Amino acid sequence: MQPIYLLWLRVAAVLYGLGFIYVLSQLRSKNAPLSRFAVPTVGLGLVFHFVSIVETTYFNGYQHLLDIRHAESALALLIMIIFMGVFVRYRTTSPGVFVLPLVFFLTVASAVFQRPADMSSSPMLRSGWIFFHVSTLLIGYAALFLSFVSSILYIFQARSLKAKVQPGWLSKLPALQVTDELGYKALLIGFPFMTVGLIAGMIFASEKFGASYFGDPKVVLSLLMWGVYMLLIYTRWSAGWRGRKAAYLATFAFAAAVCAWAANYLSRVHRFVAP
Amino acid sequence: MNFFVIGVNHRTAPVEVRERFAIPESRLPEALEKLLSLEGVEEGMIVSTCNRVEVFARSRNGNCDLKEFVRNYYGFKPGEFEQYCFEHDHLEAVKHVFRVASSLDSMVVGESQILGQVKEAYATARAVGAVQSQLDMLLSRAFAVAKKVRTDTAIATSSVSIASVAVELAEKIFGSLQGKSVYLVGAGKMCELAARHLLAHGAAKIYVANRTYERALGLASKFHGEAIPFDNLYETVAKADIVISSTGAPHTIFRKEHGEKFLAQRRNRPMFFIDIAVPRDIDPGLNDLDGIFVYDIDDLQQVVKAHIGDRKREAERAESLVEEEVSRFQQRLQTAEVVPTLVSLQEHLETLRQAEIDRMRGRLGQLTPEQESAVEALTRSIINKIMHTPITTLKSAAREQQESATTVVEVVRKLFNLHAPKAPEAQRDTREQQQEVAVSAGQQNTGVTNPKA
Repeated sequence: MQPIYLLWLRVAAVLYGLGFIYVLSQLRSKNAPLSRFAVPTVGLGLVFHFVSIVETTYFNGYQHLLDIRHAESALALLIMIIFMGVFVRYRTTSPGVFVLPLVFFLTVASAVFQRPADMSSSPMLRSGWIFFHVSTLLIGYAALFLSFVSSILYIFQARSLKAKVQPGWLSKLPALQVTDELGYKALLIGFPFMTVGLIAGMIFASEKFGASYFGDPKVVLSLLMWGVYMLLIYTRWSAGWRGRKAAYLATFAFAAAVCAWAANYLSRVHRFVAP
Repeated sequence: MNFFVIGVNHRTAPVEVRERFAIPESRLPEALEKLLSLEGVEEGMIVSTCNRVEVFARSRNGNCDLKEFVRNYYGFKPGEFEQYCFEHDHLEAVKHVFRVASSLDSMVVGESQILGQVKEAYATARAVGAVQSQLDMLLSRAFAVAKKVRTDTAIATSSVSIASVAVELAEKIFGSLQGKSVYLVGAGKMCELAARHLLAHGAAKIYVANRTYERALGLASKFHGEAIPFDNLYETVAKADIVISSTGAPHTIFRKEHGEKFLAQRRNRPMFFIDIAVPRDIDPGLNDLDGIFVYDIDDLQQVVKAHIGDRKREAERAESLVEEEVSRFQQRLQTAEVVPTLVSLQEHLETLRQAEIDRMRGRLGQLTPEQESAVEALTRSIINKIMHTPITTLKSAAREQQESATTVVEVVRKLFNLHAPKAPEAQRDTREQQQEVAVSAGQQNTGVTNPKA
């Protein structure tokens, strides 16, 4: 029998999907507020999702996070929480255009391919270090994604302001400066988590595997991502980079992050528990 | 539904004519008194603004000659004013009130002032007792409809003047204008107007640079701003978030290389340039720089046009909303007409029943509690059964045409020898309560319940 939390997760996935479809259908409309249907729907999805994760943790312990399918779900949850937080604070659902598809796919991947977590095989992964490593990095990823979305929105809006036309959903975007601050704040909050998470992973790995670990593609990509991350903050802080240049950097950082995440499938050493 | 309206507005009469119709606020009570003294008029209200003068009335018997009021009040000769007036009655008058309050009848559709003006006129008329029962209902409904139109359609959300569009765009870039500074290059009227708008929306500081320093000083002092000699222009502009330029210079003042310098000085914080000069003061190439946004007078006008288009589209939605509300109001009014009859019918029968029970008690002596309740149930159920048809007929009459409702009400009153409806004043106070009673009676589908129970 399927565990009940998997059912909740699937319900959440369906609700996110509905929200995503609705947001897409509203792209061209100027009047109907995006939030009238989308926010209650994905909000309900978030509740199911949260319950699902709490139950998973209750049944399997914290270690389930080390399974990639469970980590996907947790990342989606974090991103959704931030999305709702942004909605409450700024009354905008425009990031949903980018956030909801990602959340939807992450949740679906997790809900479809998930297997009951089996931790017993790997005593090494019971360590608290690993848990710390994974959860801080998840927060780092979520924040990076948000700042990526903000910079894309910034570009879109700057472009439409310059072109002097405001079609569809662009007219509902928050002010340029608000989008900008949002992205910068996300960077500032995410960076320490990312840094600490990577350091924790490295300490742990160098103890276990020694220097050879650092040639691993996953590690290289993670370091690259971290480097771009830092560059983003530095250019913003020192030269006030925003708009196009910042968006290119953010896109690059995001691409690096996606690769680093995907490298789990390539890496020999750094693997999630599930095959 | 005996509502009537006569009046002149920006569509029917030029300003020279509207002037002659205008009634200053101090003279409104007197005018209302005159209106109420007109044959058949029960209630009245007068709205007098610069775009419209409209006289509303409700008559007792379905007709009243508002033209006569206009003739008498203003002392016009017959044939002198009719061509400028519009008149509506009954449902059309209701629709008109809704449209006026919702700003669908305004010169600038969606402007919010008119609602306040109608509310004022309503308050005045109420204060002198000219608005009491049904007209009161109509106006409270009109205010509710206006609110609904405002929230459910985007009719009032877009700005339709150059200055307000400038503010709107600035807010799209900076979010709140709180703490933002504005730089005026040139001290023209348009500059001043735009600056005034920006200040009203929270902009903190004004700088003024002008070829003639004295004029800069003069304008700056108006806003408690800072006047800057024109020679220092390029060194100081980067201090401002919003630059409004309207000089008479034949060549451009700000070119791309200036923009690059400003951005470097501001560490890439965005800047908003508004160019209302013709020929233009700002090189359009500036707009290509990341973080600089340039709007010239044509761009602003284009936004204004687009917004007017939006408003038109929204106005259509609002119109259909108003239509819906008119028919809903019609139904409500008819129910309101039937309800008092229903209530007095119920009261009447209940009194009869109680009296009969009391009489019977004298003959039968003390009853056991079981017998007592059996008698209660018996009498109640007889009355309910008999009353079922008359009450459903009354109710369906309320849903149908006005005329048939009135007839049914009269027949029922005659048949049961009910007294005339209560005075309008009392009727208004108990209106809600009566409707509640009627609703609960309808739900149980029984005829007679004690209204106090």
